[in-house]
Amino acid sequence: MVDFKNGSELIALTHEKGALISDIMLNRECDRFDEAPQDVLKRMAHSWQIMKEAVAQGQTGSGKSMGGLIGGEAARLTQHRLTQGALTGTLISKAVSYAMGVLEVNASMGLITAAPTAGSSGVIPGVFCAMQEEYHFTDDQMIKALFNAGAVGYLATRNATVAGAEGGCQAEIGVAAAMAASSAVELMGGKPEQSLSAASSVLASMLGLVCDPIGGLVEVPCQKRNGTAASTALVCAEMALSGVDSLIPFDEMLEVMFKVGRSLPYQLRETALGGIAAAPTACRLCERGKGHGPVDDR
Amino acid sequence: MREISVFDVIGPNMIGPSSSHTAGALRIALMARRIIEGRITKVTFILYGSFARTYQGHGTDRALLGGIMGFSTEDKRIKDSFRLADQKGIQYEFVPDTVTAGVYPNTVEIIATSEDGRKVDIVGESIGGGNARLVRINGIKVDISGQLQTLVIMQKDVPGVIAHVSQCCYEAGVNIAFLNMYRENKNETAFSVIQVDGDVSDKLVEAIRRQPNILQVNLIKL
Repeated sequence: MVDFKNGSELIALTHEKGALISDIMLNRECDRFDEAPQDVLKRMAHSWQIMKEAVAQGQTGSGKSMGGLIGGEAARLTQHRLTQGALTGTLISKAVSYAMGVLEVNASMGLITAAPTAGSSGVIPGVFCAMQEEYHFTDDQMIKALFNAGAVGYLATRNATVAGAEGGCQAEIGVAAAMAASSAVELMGGKPEQSLSAASSVLASMLGLVCDPIGGLVEVPCQKRNGTAASTALVCAEMALSGVDSLIPFDEMLEVMFKVGRSLPYQLRETALGGIAAAPTACRLCERGKGHGPVDDR
Repeated sequence: MREISVFDVIGPNMIGPSSSHTAGALRIALMARRIIEGRITKVTFILYGSFARTYQGHGTDRALLGGIMGFSTEDKRIKDSFRLADQKGIQYEFVPDTVTAGVYPNTVEIIATSEDGRKVDIVGESIGGGNARLVRINGIKVDISGQLQTLVIMQKDVPGVIAHVSQCCYEAGVNIAFLNMYRENKNETAFSVIQVDGDVSDKLVEAIRRQPNILQVNLIKL
């Protein structure tokens, strides 16, 4: 039975079988859950379809968020790229805009795939759709790459956490970006070691990021952080592909992230009691809007 | 604890914005709906903890009502739950309770009345990542997660009920993975919660119902 408990076992398996991280994760899923590869691939194709539709819908700017704090930002970024040219280049500009758009879809009760959570659901679709457009990957290649992302997400869930309430934003959007970076490396032909190196560099870059949503709603600052995390994922993938490795191995970095997360005060772990959520302007917005945070116990 | 699947981290596919406040809430109501017999005409949702404070901004109210109408976490109709419930003639109300202490952060109590006047009171908790569990049915403590197909059996607390149920499962070739019984007082009403591997057929449910001491058999299949 194909299985692995940590990143080093995963890398060892890729060498032993001469396979990619995505192959190993697909094998693991089939073995552990007694399913045929074509059925598992079909389910993943469904998730990919949802991701693509969410990206497309996010670009329309039509979603009014439930809390009323966001809406239309992704369309504005795209408009700027098309009319003024993108400061950060087309790939990153698209990834950021797409990721932010998916958060608009999410906040307006649209259909998304949590990856790994709803609050971090923009990062992977953003990076993936931008890369597919810019490098012309097939849907099958993208679906396969989602298993690479899944391997990183599985290890983070198993050995650390992906819950903002437990580990802060670094555990949620941070892990989403680590997943995206790892699969971007594989898509570009990098080695499995480079995938995990990119994931490790992402976690290092986002280490300590707190979870402080205004009013407890998945809107601000979640949307922008999905955008910036998408760019971080691509930057760290580029580093790994260039041979600029993370000094700290992925397994150790995951442990570091987990320890930092647990040492965050609870006000900074999804309680909406600290950080941006406690800024005076945020408190005023909470009182006014539908999203009533701790200041309003209606 | 169940093994982590790739679809736990690339998934669930869900209507946003929050796995715990939207998808998890819906799953509680969906499980509750399976236990309530007959057409629901009136439902009251009492919201506790974080649910009580942020339910509107998270669409928790729409998700709960959607679950009561049998929608899946992927169903785009969730957003229109209020209108659809009105059309179906379901009366609903949401009562935030920020006073009661000591409850799990994301808890909802669902009090549903069926057409024939029967009332069921179910308490559920949203425990993260879109997962949920029912913790009380009509005041009796239970633990139902719905991850496997689950038979929820209401019975008289007398000998022979479990023997009958396990015989029926055996004859249907269904393996029992977990079996738990819950009761408040001896000889009164009790619940058996039976999680099985694979599929439970309608025929099996019918066979279980034939025992006179079994009052109600419901299947939770998410």
